[in-house]
Amino acid sequence: MNITVASGKGGTGKTTVAVNLALSLHEPHLTQFIDADVEAPNAHLFLHPELTASRDVEKRLPTIDKEACTRCGACSKSCQFHAIALLGEHLLVYPTLCHGCGRCSLVCPEGAISEIPQRLGIVETGHAGDLPFAHGLLDVGQAMATPIIHALFEGIDPDRTTIIDAPPGTGCPTVAALSVADIAVLVTEPTPFGLHDLKAAVNVARTLDLPIAVVINRDGVGDDGVEQYCRVEGIPVVMKIGFDRQIAAAYAVGEPLIRLDSRWKDRFLEVFNRLEKEVS
Amino acid sequence: MSQILFLSGKGGTGKTSLAGAFAYLMPDKILADCDVDAANLHLLFSMSSDDRGSFVGSNEAILDESLCITCGRCVEVCRFHAIHDPIAIDPLLCEGCGACETVCPVDAITLKPRVSGHWIIGSTPVGPIVTAELLPGEEASGKLVTEVKRRAAEVGATRGITHSVIDGSPGIGCPVIASTSGVDLAVLVTEPSLSGMHDLERILAVVRHFGIDAGVVINKWDLSPETAAQIERFSNDQELEVLGRIPYDAGVPEALVEKRHPISDPGSRAGTAMREIVRRVGDRLDLGTDGVSNE
Repeated sequence: MNITVASGKGGTGKTTVAVNLALSLHEPHLTQFIDADVEAPNAHLFLHPELTASRDVEKRLPTIDKEACTRCGACSKSCQFHAIALLGEHLLVYPTLCHGCGRCSLVCPEGAISEIPQRLGIVETGHAGDLPFAHGLLDVGQAMATPIIHALFEGIDPDRTTIIDAPPGTGCPTVAALSVADIAVLVTEPTPFGLHDLKAAVNVARTLDLPIAVVINRDGVGDDGVEQYCRVEGIPVVMKIGFDRQIAAAYAVGEPLIRLDSRWKDRFLEVFNRLEKEVS
Repeated sequence: MSQILFLSGKGGTGKTSLAGAFAYLMPDKILADCDVDAANLHLLFSMSSDDRGSFVGSNEAILDESLCITCGRCVEVCRFHAIHDPIAIDPLLCEGCGACETVCPVDAITLKPRVSGHWIIGSTPVGPIVTAELLPGEEASGKLVTEVKRRAAEVGATRGITHSVIDGSPGIGCPVIASTSGVDLAVLVTEPSLSGMHDLERILAVVRHFGIDAGVVINKWDLSPETAAQIERFSNDQELEVLGRIPYDAGVPEALVEKRHPISDPGSRAGTAMREIVRRVGDRLDLGTDGVSNE
Protein backbone atom coordinates (compact mmCIF):
# COMPACT_ATOMS: atom_id res chain seq x y z
CA MET A 1 0.00 0.00 0.00
CA ASN A 2 1.26 3.50 -0.89
CA ILE A 3 0.26 6.24 1.54
CA THR A 4 0.87 9.81 0.39
CA VAL A 5 0.91 12.42 3.15
CA ALA A 6 -0.07 15.74 1.58
CA SER A 7 -1.60 19.11 2.45
CA GLY A 8 -2.72 22.18 0.57
CA LYS A 9 -1.15 24.62 3.00
CA GLY A 10 2.53 24.31 3.82
CA GLY A 11 3.92 23.79 7.28
CA THR A 12 0.92 21.91 8.65
CA GLY A 13 2.94 18.89 9.77
CA LYS A 14 3.17 16.55 6.76
CA THR A 15 6.72 15.54 7.53
CA THR A 16 5.93 14.95 11.21
CA VAL A 17 3.05 12.64 10.29
CA ALA A 18 4.92 10.84 7.50
CA VAL A 19 8.09 10.25 9.55
CA ASN A 20 6.27 9.03 12.66
CA LEU A 21 3.92 6.84 10.66
CA ALA A 22 6.89 5.20 8.93
CA LEU A 23 8.86 4.72 12.16
CA SER A 24 5.83 3.28 13.97
CA LEU A 25 4.94 0.93 11.13
CA HIS A 26 8.36 -0.30 10.26
CA GLU A 27 8.69 -3.09 12.79
CA PRO A 28 5.39 -4.88 12.31
CA HIS A 29 5.30 -4.14 8.56
CA LEU A 30 7.92 -3.92 5.86
CA THR A 31 7.99 -0.21 5.14
CA GLN A 32 9.89 2.26 2.98
CA PHE A 33 10.05 6.05 3.03
CA ILE A 34 10.08 8.44 0.07
CA ASP A 35 10.42 12.19 0.54
CA ALA A 36 8.80 13.58 -2.61
CA ASP A 37 8.98 17.24 -1.52
CA VAL A 38 11.96 17.73 -3.81
CA GLU A 39 11.88 21.53 -3.53
CA ALA A 40 12.18 21.53 0.26
CA PRO A 41 12.94 18.00 1.46
CA ASN A 42 13.20 17.73 5.24
CA ALA A 43 12.49 14.14 6.27
CA HIS A 44 16.21 13.31 6.32
CA LEU A 45 16.60 15.78 9.19
CA PHE A 46 14.39 13.48 11.31
CA LEU A 47 15.37 10.06 9.94
CA HIS A 48 19.14 10.63 9.52
CA PRO A 49 19.46 8.11 6.69
CA GLU A 50 22.80 6.90 5.49
CA LEU A 51 22.66 7.86 1.81
CA THR A 52 24.61 5.38 -0.25
CA ALA A 53 23.63 6.15 -3.84
CA SER A 54 22.89 9.23 -5.89
CA ARG A 55 21.81 9.65 -9.48
CA ASP A 56 21.10 12.63 -11.70
CA VAL A 57 17.64 13.36 -13.07
CA GLU A 58 17.78 15.14 -16.39
CA LYS A 59 15.64 16.83 -18.96
CA ARG A 60 16.64 16.98 -22.58
CA LEU A 61 17.36 20.44 -23.96
CA PRO A 62 17.42 21.11 -27.69
CA THR A 63 20.67 22.10 -29.30
CA ILE A 64 20.62 23.39 -32.86
CA ASP A 65 23.12 22.59 -35.57
CA LYS A 66 23.53 26.05 -37.12
CA GLU A 67 24.93 24.65 -40.37
CA ALA A 68 22.00 22.33 -41.00
CA CYS A 69 19.31 24.76 -39.78
CA THR A 70 17.46 26.63 -42.56
CA ARG A 71 15.75 29.07 -40.11
CA CYS A 72 12.36 27.73 -41.23
CA GLY A 73 10.92 28.38 -37.76
CA ALA A 74 9.00 25.09 -37.51
CA CYS A 75 10.53 24.39 -34.09
CA SER A 76 9.67 27.75 -32.62
CA LYS A 77 6.11 27.58 -34.02
CA SER A 78 5.53 24.10 -32.59
CA CYS A 79 6.94 24.84 -29.12
CA GLN A 80 4.04 25.34 -26.71
CA PHE A 81 6.30 26.75 -24.00
CA HIS A 82 7.86 29.62 -26.00
CA ALA A 83 11.24 28.06 -25.30
CA ILE A 84 12.61 28.53 -28.84
CA ALA A 85 12.51 31.88 -30.60
CA LEU A 86 13.60 32.72 -34.13
CA LEU A 87 14.89 36.30 -34.10
CA GLY A 88 16.09 37.20 -37.58
CA GLU A 89 18.95 34.81 -38.26
CA HIS A 90 19.25 33.72 -34.65
CA LEU A 91 17.53 30.79 -32.98
CA LEU A 92 17.44 31.18 -29.22
CA VAL A 93 16.68 28.41 -26.73
CA TYR A 94 15.42 29.39 -23.25
CA PRO A 95 16.41 26.50 -20.95
CA THR A 96 14.13 27.44 -18.02
CA LEU A 97 11.04 27.57 -20.25
CA CYS A 98 11.84 24.28 -22.01
CA HIS A 99 9.90 21.27 -20.72
CA GLY A 100 12.16 18.83 -22.55
CA CYS A 101 9.26 17.34 -24.53
CA GLY A 102 11.28 16.80 -27.71
CA ARG A 103 8.65 18.15 -30.09
CA CYS A 104 11.11 20.56 -31.73
CA SER A 105 13.39 17.75 -32.81
CA LEU A 106 10.37 15.80 -34.10
CA VAL A 107 9.19 18.67 -36.31
CA CYS A 108 12.58 19.84 -37.64
CA PRO A 109 12.60 18.93 -41.35
CA GLU A 110 16.41 19.09 -41.52
CA GLY A 111 17.13 16.93 -38.49
CA ALA A 112 19.12 19.90 -37.20
CA ILE A 113 18.00 19.58 -33.58
CA SER A 114 19.56 17.14 -31.20
CA GLU A 115 19.00 17.03 -27.49
CA ILE A 116 21.50 17.25 -24.71
CA PRO A 117 20.74 16.26 -21.13
CA GLN A 118 20.56 19.00 -18.55
CA ARG A 119 20.50 18.13 -14.88
CA LEU A 120 17.29 19.05 -13.01
CA GLY A 121 18.31 17.56 -9.71
CA ILE A 122 19.22 14.31 -8.03
CA VAL A 123 17.67 11.28 -6.37
CA GLU A 124 19.49 9.97 -3.31
CA THR A 125 18.80 6.60 -1.72
CA GLY A 126 19.90 4.77 1.39
CA HIS A 127 18.65 3.47 4.71
CA ALA A 128 17.59 4.96 8.01
CA GLY A 129 18.45 2.07 10.28
CA ASP A 130 16.94 -0.69 8.16
CA LEU A 131 14.16 1.52 6.75
CA PRO A 132 14.76 2.07 3.03
CA PHE A 133 14.83 5.81 2.34
CA ALA A 134 14.85 7.93 -0.81
CA HIS A 135 14.57 11.62 -1.46
CA GLY A 136 15.03 14.00 -4.36
CA LEU A 137 16.59 17.45 -4.59
CA LEU A 138 15.63 19.97 -7.27
CA ASP A 139 18.66 21.99 -8.33
CA VAL A 140 18.64 25.69 -7.48
CA GLY A 141 17.24 27.71 -10.38
CA GLN A 142 15.44 24.75 -11.97
CA ALA A 143 11.65 24.96 -12.27
CA MET A 144 10.53 21.40 -13.03
CA ALA A 145 10.07 19.22 -9.96
CA THR A 146 7.87 16.46 -11.37
CA PRO A 147 10.49 14.47 -13.33
CA ILE A 148 12.43 14.05 -10.07
CA ILE A 149 9.31 12.82 -8.29
CA HIS A 150 8.63 10.29 -11.05
CA ALA A 151 12.26 9.15 -10.88
CA LEU A 152 11.88 8.61 -7.11
CA PHE A 153 8.84 6.41 -7.66
CA GLU A 154 10.76 4.06 -9.94
CA GLY A 155 12.25 2.79 -6.68
CA ILE A 156 8.94 1.82 -5.05
CA ASP A 157 9.06 -1.74 -3.74
CA PRO A 158 5.54 -3.18 -4.13
CA ASP A 159 6.14 -5.60 -1.25
CA ARG A 160 6.52 -2.76 1.21
CA THR A 161 4.16 -0.20 2.68
CA THR A 162 5.43 3.03 1.16
CA ILE A 163 5.07 6.31 3.03
CA ILE A 164 5.41 9.29 0.71
CA ASP A 165 5.97 12.81 2.03
CA ALA A 166 4.39 15.11 -0.60
CA PRO A 167 5.14 18.74 -1.42
CA PRO A 168 2.61 21.36 -0.26
CA GLY A 169 0.16 22.92 -2.68
CA THR A 170 -2.20 21.53 -5.27
CA GLY A 171 -0.19 21.90 -8.46
CA CYS A 172 1.66 19.40 -10.61
CA PRO A 173 4.27 18.26 -8.04
CA THR A 174 1.46 17.39 -5.62
CA VAL A 175 -0.42 15.53 -8.33
CA ALA A 176 2.74 13.61 -9.16
CA ALA A 177 3.19 12.68 -5.48
CA LEU A 178 -0.42 11.49 -5.30
CA SER A 179 -0.31 9.65 -8.64
CA VAL A 180 1.02 6.43 -7.08
CA ALA A 181 -1.04 6.64 -3.86
CA ASP A 182 -3.68 4.22 -2.64
CA ILE A 183 -4.82 6.76 -0.07
CA ALA A 184 -4.20 10.47 0.58
CA VAL A 185 -3.60 11.53 4.16
CA LEU A 186 -4.19 15.28 4.28
CA VAL A 187 -2.63 17.13 7.19
CA THR A 188 -4.24 20.43 8.09
CA GLU A 189 -4.56 22.93 10.89
CA PRO A 190 -7.91 24.04 12.33
CA THR A 191 -7.92 27.60 10.96
CA PRO A 192 -9.70 29.23 8.00
CA PHE A 193 -6.33 29.07 6.18
CA GLY A 194 -5.94 25.37 6.84
CA LEU A 195 -9.56 24.78 5.80
CA HIS A 196 -9.28 26.82 2.59
CA ASP A 197 -6.26 24.83 1.45
CA LEU A 198 -7.63 21.51 2.71
CA LYS A 199 -10.62 21.96 0.41
CA ALA A 200 -8.24 22.50 -2.53
CA ALA A 201 -6.25 19.37 -1.58
CA VAL A 202 -9.46 17.33 -1.23
CA ASN A 203 -10.41 18.43 -4.75
CA VAL A 204 -7.10 17.16 -6.10
CA ALA A 205 -7.38 13.82 -4.28
CA ARG A 206 -10.96 13.41 -5.50
CA THR A 207 -9.94 14.21 -9.06
CA LEU A 208 -7.56 11.24 -8.72
CA ASP A 209 -10.35 9.07 -7.18
CA LEU A 210 -8.37 8.52 -4.00
CA PRO A 211 -9.77 7.71 -0.58
CA ILE A 212 -8.96 10.53 1.85
CA ALA A 213 -8.20 10.71 5.57
CA VAL A 214 -7.49 13.92 7.50
CA VAL A 215 -5.05 14.61 10.34
CA ILE A 216 -5.62 17.83 12.31
CA ASN A 217 -2.39 19.26 13.67
CA ARG A 218 -2.13 22.04 16.29
CA ASP A 219 -5.61 21.06 17.40
CA GLY A 220 -7.12 23.77 19.59
CA VAL A 221 -5.50 26.83 17.98
CA GLY A 222 -8.30 27.99 15.70
CA ASP A 223 -11.95 27.14 15.20
CA ASP A 224 -14.03 24.03 14.39
CA GLY A 225 -14.41 24.78 10.66
CA VAL A 226 -12.21 21.88 9.55
CA GLU A 227 -14.12 19.34 11.63
CA GLN A 228 -17.47 20.60 10.42
CA TYR A 229 -16.27 20.42 6.83
CA CYS A 230 -14.97 16.85 7.27
CA ARG A 231 -18.26 15.79 8.87
CA VAL A 232 -20.32 17.24 6.03
CA GLU A 233 -18.03 15.72 3.38
CA GLY A 234 -17.85 12.33 5.11
CA ILE A 235 -14.04 12.48 5.40
CA PRO A 236 -12.66 10.63 8.44
CA VAL A 237 -10.44 12.60 10.85
CA VAL A 238 -7.99 9.86 11.84
CA MET A 239 -5.79 11.82 14.25
CA LYS A 240 -5.59 15.09 16.11
CA ILE A 241 -2.29 16.43 17.40
CA GLY A 242 -2.66 19.21 19.95
CA PHE A 243 -0.39 22.25 19.99
CA ASP A 244 2.32 21.68 22.56
CA ARG A 245 5.55 23.66 22.98
CA GLN A 246 7.34 20.39 23.75
CA ILE A 247 6.31 18.99 20.35
CA ALA A 248 7.43 22.22 18.66
CA ALA A 249 10.78 22.08 20.48
CA ALA A 250 11.30 18.43 19.47
CA TYR A 251 10.42 19.29 15.87
CA ALA A 252 12.94 22.13 15.94
CA VAL A 253 15.83 19.76 16.59
CA GLY A 254 14.61 16.94 14.36
CA GLU A 255 13.32 14.63 17.08
CA PRO A 256 10.40 12.37 16.02
CA LEU A 257 7.32 12.30 18.28
CA ILE A 258 7.62 8.60 18.99
CA ARG A 259 11.03 9.21 20.55
CA LEU A 260 9.46 11.88 22.76
CA ASP A 261 6.79 9.55 24.11
CA SER A 262 6.43 5.93 23.01
CA ARG A 263 2.63 6.13 23.22
CA TRP A 264 2.70 7.96 19.90
CA LYS A 265 3.72 4.70 18.26
CA ASP A 266 0.41 3.06 19.25
CA ARG A 267 -1.50 6.09 18.05
CA PHE A 268 0.20 5.99 14.64
CA LEU A 269 -0.39 2.24 14.37
CA GLU A 270 -4.08 2.89 15.02
CA VAL A 271 -4.02 5.50 12.27
CA PHE A 272 -2.49 2.93 9.92
CA ASN A 273 -5.26 0.43 10.76
CA ARG A 274 -7.86 3.08 9.94
CA LEU A 275 -6.11 3.81 6.62
CA GLU A 276 -6.08 0.12 5.69
CA LYS A 277 -9.84 0.00 6.31
CA GLU A 278 -10.43 3.11 4.22
CA VAL A 279 -8.49 1.58 1.31
CA SER A 280 -10.33 -1.75 1.44
CA MET B 1 6.06 50.04 -8.82
CA SER B 2 8.28 48.63 -6.06
CA GLN B 3 7.85 44.95 -5.22
CA ILE B 4 8.33 43.24 -1.85
CA LEU B 5 8.03 39.45 -2.07
CA PHE B 6 7.59 37.02 0.83
CA LEU B 7 9.21 33.60 0.42
CA SER B 8 10.31 30.82 2.72
CA GLY B 9 11.22 27.54 1.02
CA LYS B 10 9.45 25.65 3.77
CA GLY B 11 5.70 26.20 4.01
CA GLY B 12 3.82 27.46 7.04
CA THR B 13 6.57 29.64 8.47
CA GLY B 14 4.40 32.77 8.55
CA LYS B 15 4.82 34.37 5.11
CA THR B 16 1.17 35.35 4.82
CA SER B 17 0.89 36.67 8.39
CA LEU B 18 3.91 38.90 7.88
CA ALA B 19 2.75 39.99 4.41
CA GLY B 20 -0.49 40.96 6.18
CA ALA B 21 1.42 43.30 8.51
CA PHE B 22 2.92 45.04 5.45
CA ALA B 23 -0.53 45.16 3.89
CA TYR B 24 -1.88 47.03 6.93
CA LEU B 25 1.05 49.34 7.56
CA MET B 26 2.51 50.28 4.19
CA PRO B 27 1.06 53.32 2.47
CA ASP B 28 -0.10 53.27 -1.12
CA LYS B 29 0.16 49.61 -2.12
CA ILE B 30 -1.48 46.78 -3.98
CA LEU B 31 -1.51 43.19 -2.70
CA ALA B 32 -0.72 40.24 -4.95
CA ASP B 33 -1.05 36.61 -3.93
CA CYS B 34 1.37 34.50 -5.93
CA ASP B 35 0.84 31.35 -3.86
CA VAL B 36 -1.71 30.29 -6.46
CA ASP B 37 -1.79 26.65 -5.27
CA ALA B 38 -3.07 27.73 -1.89
CA ALA B 39 -3.85 31.44 -2.00
CA ASN B 40 -4.61 32.66 1.52
CA LEU B 41 -3.74 36.34 1.68
CA HIS B 42 -7.34 37.44 1.01
CA LEU B 43 -8.52 35.42 4.03
CA LEU B 44 -6.86 38.00 6.29
CA PHE B 45 -9.39 40.61 5.15
CA SER B 46 -12.95 40.91 4.06
CA MET B 47 -12.49 40.97 0.30
CA SER B 48 -15.03 41.97 -2.29
CA SER B 49 -14.38 40.64 -5.76
CA ASP B 50 -14.51 43.31 -8.49
CA ASP B 51 -13.40 41.38 -11.54
CA ARG B 52 -12.61 37.79 -12.32
CA GLY B 53 -11.60 35.81 -15.35
CA SER B 54 -10.49 32.41 -16.58
CA PHE B 55 -6.82 31.85 -17.18
CA VAL B 56 -5.77 29.66 -20.08
CA GLY B 57 -2.21 28.68 -19.24
CA SER B 58 -1.62 25.61 -21.35
CA ASN B 59 -3.10 23.13 -23.76
CA GLU B 60 -4.15 19.57 -23.41
CA ALA B 61 -4.05 16.81 -25.97
CA ILE B 62 -7.47 15.50 -26.92
CA LEU B 63 -7.83 12.10 -28.60
CA ASP B 64 -10.50 11.36 -31.16
CA GLU B 65 -11.01 7.67 -30.52
CA SER B 66 -12.94 7.20 -33.75
CA LEU B 67 -9.81 8.08 -35.74
CA CYS B 68 -7.20 6.35 -33.54
CA ILE B 69 -5.60 3.25 -35.04
CA THR B 70 -3.84 2.39 -31.72
CA CYS B 71 -0.41 2.39 -33.37
CA GLY B 72 1.12 3.52 -30.08
CA ARG B 73 3.50 6.15 -31.52
CA CYS B 74 2.06 8.77 -29.15
CA VAL B 75 2.75 6.50 -26.16
CA GLU B 76 6.38 6.15 -27.24
CA VAL B 77 6.94 9.84 -27.77
CA CYS B 78 5.24 11.19 -24.61
CA ARG B 79 7.86 12.00 -21.97
CA PHE B 80 5.33 12.80 -19.26
CA HIS B 81 3.79 9.33 -18.78
CA ALA B 82 0.49 10.88 -19.88
CA ILE B 83 -0.57 8.38 -22.57
CA HIS B 84 -1.33 4.78 -21.73
CA ASP B 85 -2.13 1.65 -23.69
CA PRO B 86 -4.83 1.11 -24.90
CA ILE B 87 -4.63 4.70 -26.07
CA ALA B 88 -5.94 7.08 -23.39
CA ILE B 89 -4.60 10.49 -22.39
CA ASP B 90 -4.41 11.36 -18.70
CA PRO B 91 -5.21 15.09 -18.52
CA LEU B 92 -3.53 15.38 -15.11
CA LEU B 93 -0.18 14.29 -16.50
CA CYS B 94 -0.45 15.90 -19.94
CA GLU B 95 1.76 19.00 -20.21
CA GLY B 96 0.20 20.05 -23.49
CA CYS B 97 3.44 19.91 -25.49
CA GLY B 98 1.85 18.37 -28.57
CA ALA B 99 4.61 15.86 -29.35
CA CYS B 100 1.84 13.25 -29.68
CA GLU B 101 -0.02 15.47 -32.14
CA THR B 102 3.14 15.70 -34.25
CA VAL B 103 3.68 11.96 -34.52
CA CYS B 104 0.06 10.79 -34.88
CA PRO B 105 -0.17 9.45 -38.46
CA VAL B 106 -3.97 9.84 -38.66
CA ASP B 107 -4.44 13.25 -36.98
CA ALA B 108 -6.43 11.72 -34.14
CA ILE B 109 -4.87 14.05 -31.56
CA THR B 110 -5.38 17.81 -31.35
CA LEU B 111 -4.26 20.37 -28.79
CA LYS B 112 -7.04 22.33 -27.10
CA PRO B 113 -6.53 25.33 -24.83
CA ARG B 114 -7.26 24.51 -21.24
CA VAL B 115 -8.43 26.66 -18.36
CA SER B 116 -5.86 26.28 -15.56
CA GLY B 117 -7.45 28.59 -13.05
CA HIS B 118 -8.93 32.00 -12.38
CA TRP B 119 -7.55 35.40 -11.51
CA ILE B 120 -9.48 37.72 -9.23
CA ILE B 121 -9.14 41.47 -8.72
CA GLY B 122 -10.69 42.50 -5.42
CA SER B 123 -10.90 45.24 -2.84
CA THR B 124 -9.94 45.01 0.81
CA PRO B 125 -10.04 47.65 3.54
CA VAL B 126 -6.28 48.08 3.06
CA GLY B 127 -6.24 48.38 -0.73
CA PRO B 128 -6.74 46.46 -3.94
CA ILE B 129 -5.69 42.82 -4.22
CA VAL B 130 -5.01 40.47 -7.12
CA THR B 131 -5.29 36.81 -6.27
CA ALA B 132 -5.90 33.52 -8.09
CA GLU B 133 -7.26 30.03 -7.84
CA LEU B 134 -5.46 27.19 -9.57
CA LEU B 135 -7.84 24.43 -10.62
CA PRO B 136 -7.20 21.05 -8.96
CA GLY B 137 -4.09 19.40 -10.30
CA GLU B 138 -3.26 22.01 -12.92
CA GLU B 139 0.30 22.41 -14.05
CA ALA B 140 0.44 26.03 -15.18
CA SER B 141 1.06 27.50 -11.73
CA GLY B 142 4.11 29.49 -12.85
CA LYS B 143 2.17 31.05 -15.69
CA LEU B 144 -0.73 31.90 -13.38
CA VAL B 145 1.76 33.59 -11.04
CA THR B 146 3.00 35.67 -13.97
CA GLU B 147 -0.62 36.54 -14.81
CA VAL B 148 -1.28 37.69 -11.20
CA LYS B 149 1.83 39.86 -11.30
CA ARG B 150 0.92 41.29 -14.70
CA ARG B 151 -2.58 42.22 -13.54
CA ALA B 152 -1.27 43.70 -10.28
CA ALA B 153 1.14 45.88 -12.28
CA GLU B 154 -1.72 46.93 -14.55
CA VAL B 155 -4.09 47.82 -11.69
CA GLY B 156 -1.22 49.54 -9.87
CA ALA B 157 -0.36 51.64 -12.92
CA THR B 158 -4.00 52.61 -13.57
CA ARG B 159 -4.52 53.71 -9.99
CA GLY B 160 -1.12 55.35 -9.54
CA ILE B 161 -0.01 52.92 -6.82
CA THR B 162 3.71 52.87 -6.03
CA HIS B 163 4.25 49.69 -3.98
CA SER B 164 3.23 46.06 -4.10
CA VAL B 165 3.17 43.42 -1.34
CA ILE B 166 3.50 39.96 -2.87
CA ASP B 167 2.85 36.73 -1.02
CA GLY B 168 4.92 33.95 -2.57
CA SER B 169 4.58 30.21 -2.62
CA PRO B 170 6.56 27.65 -0.65
CA GLY B 171 9.24 25.61 -2.40
CA ILE B 172 11.92 26.74 -4.85
CA GLY B 173 10.45 25.62 -8.19
CA CYS B 174 8.29 26.97 -10.96
CA PRO B 175 5.82 29.29 -9.10
CA VAL B 176 8.60 30.67 -6.89
CA ILE B 177 10.86 31.44 -9.83
CA ALA B 178 7.95 33.11 -11.66
CA SER B 179 7.23 35.29 -8.62
CA THR B 180 10.77 36.67 -8.37
CA SER B 181 10.80 38.69 -11.61
CA GLY B 182 11.37 42.39 -10.99
CA VAL B 183 11.34 42.07 -7.20
CA ASP B 184 13.14 44.75 -5.14
CA LEU B 185 13.37 42.81 -1.90
CA ALA B 186 12.64 39.19 -1.01
CA VAL B 187 11.74 38.80 2.66
CA LEU B 188 12.66 35.22 3.57
CA VAL B 189 10.52 34.08 6.49
CA THR B 190 11.93 31.17 8.44
CA GLU B 191 11.35 29.39 11.73
CA PRO B 192 13.90 28.11 14.21
CA SER B 193 13.96 24.43 13.24
CA LEU B 194 16.43 22.34 11.29
CA SER B 195 13.81 22.16 8.51
CA GLY B 196 13.33 25.92 8.49
CA MET B 197 17.06 26.49 8.30
CA HIS B 198 17.64 23.84 5.63
CA ASP B 199 14.95 25.36 3.43
CA LEU B 200 16.19 28.91 4.10
CA GLU B 201 19.56 27.90 2.64
CA ARG B 202 17.81 26.62 -0.49
CA ILE B 203 15.53 29.62 -1.01
CA LEU B 204 18.44 32.00 -0.40
CA ALA B 205 20.42 30.22 -3.11
CA VAL B 206 17.47 30.64 -5.49
CA VAL B 207 16.96 34.38 -4.89
CA ARG B 208 20.71 34.97 -5.17
CA HIS B 209 20.77 32.89 -8.37
CA PHE B 210 18.25 35.32 -9.84
CA GLY B 211 20.05 38.35 -8.39
CA ILE B 212 17.30 39.39 -5.97
CA ASP B 213 18.14 41.38 -2.83
CA ALA B 214 17.01 39.54 0.32
CA GLY B 215 16.61 39.80 4.07
CA VAL B 216 15.52 37.23 6.63
CA VAL B 217 12.87 37.19 9.38
CA ILE B 218 12.93 34.51 12.10
CA ASN B 219 9.36 33.79 13.15
CA LYS B 220 8.50 32.13 16.50
CA TRP B 221 12.19 32.47 17.34
CA ASP B 222 11.72 31.67 21.04
CA LEU B 223 10.39 28.15 20.30
CA SER B 224 14.07 27.24 19.89
CA PRO B 225 16.43 30.11 20.79
CA GLU B 226 19.47 27.91 20.02
CA THR B 227 18.32 27.22 16.45
CA ALA B 228 17.35 30.88 16.05
CA ALA B 229 20.90 31.85 17.04
CA GLN B 230 22.26 29.31 14.56
CA ILE B 231 20.14 30.91 11.80
CA GLU B 232 21.47 34.35 12.77
CA ARG B 233 25.04 33.09 12.54
CA PHE B 234 24.28 31.58 9.14
CA SER B 235 22.73 34.88 8.02
CA ASN B 236 25.74 36.88 9.18
CA ASP B 237 28.06 34.51 7.33
CA GLN B 238 25.96 34.95 4.21
CA GLU B 239 25.78 38.74 4.64
CA LEU B 240 22.01 38.41 4.78
CA GLU B 241 20.37 41.10 6.89
CA VAL B 242 18.22 39.82 9.75
CA LEU B 243 15.22 42.10 9.39
CA GLY B 244 13.71 40.95 12.66
CA ARG B 245 12.71 38.20 15.05
CA ILE B 246 9.07 37.54 15.92
CA PRO B 247 8.26 35.77 19.20
CA TYR B 248 5.78 32.91 19.37
CA ASP B 249 2.44 34.40 20.29
CA ALA B 250 -0.73 32.30 20.61
CA GLY B 251 -2.69 35.48 19.92
CA VAL B 252 -1.56 35.51 16.27
CA PRO B 253 -3.72 32.65 14.94
CA GLU B 254 -6.58 33.80 17.20
CA ALA B 255 -6.48 37.29 15.73
CA LEU B 256 -6.10 36.09 12.12
CA VAL B 257 -9.05 33.69 12.49
CA GLU B 258 -11.15 36.74 13.38
CA LYS B 259 -9.79 38.75 10.43
CA ARG B 260 -7.89 41.07 12.75
CA HIS B 261 -4.17 41.50 12.49
CA PRO B 262 -1.95 41.17 15.59
CA ILE B 263 -0.35 44.54 14.77
CA SER B 264 -3.65 46.13 15.86
CA ASP B 265 -3.74 44.19 19.15
CA PRO B 266 -2.30 46.46 21.84
CA GLY B 267 0.33 44.56 23.77
CA SER B 268 0.75 41.83 21.12
CA ARG B 269 4.44 40.85 21.26
CA ALA B 270 4.33 39.43 17.76
CA GLY B 271 2.46 42.48 16.51
CA THR B 272 5.10 44.83 17.93
CA ALA B 273 7.89 42.81 16.32
CA MET B 274 6.14 42.81 12.93
CA ARG B 275 5.58 46.56 13.14
CA GLU B 276 9.32 46.99 13.70
CA ILE B 277 10.10 44.80 10.67
CA VAL B 278 7.83 46.90 8.43
CA ARG B 279 9.64 50.02 9.64
CA ARG B 280 13.04 48.47 8.99
CA VAL B 281 12.14 47.34 5.48
CA GLY B 282 10.55 50.73 4.87
CA ASP B 283 13.84 52.43 5.77
CA ARG B 284 15.83 50.03 3.64
CA LEU B 285 13.68 50.59 0.57
CA ASP B 286 12.74 54.17 1.38
CA LEU B 287 9.03 53.35 1.24
CA GLY B 288 7.78 56.23 3.32
CA THR B 289 6.77 53.99 6.21
CA ASP B 290 8.31 56.32 8.83
CA GLY B 291 5.02 57.87 9.69
CA VAL B 292 2.94 54.70 9.31
CA SER B 293 -0.36 55.06 11.05
CA ASN B 294 -1.22 52.88 13.98
CA GLU B 295 -4.41 51.68 12.39
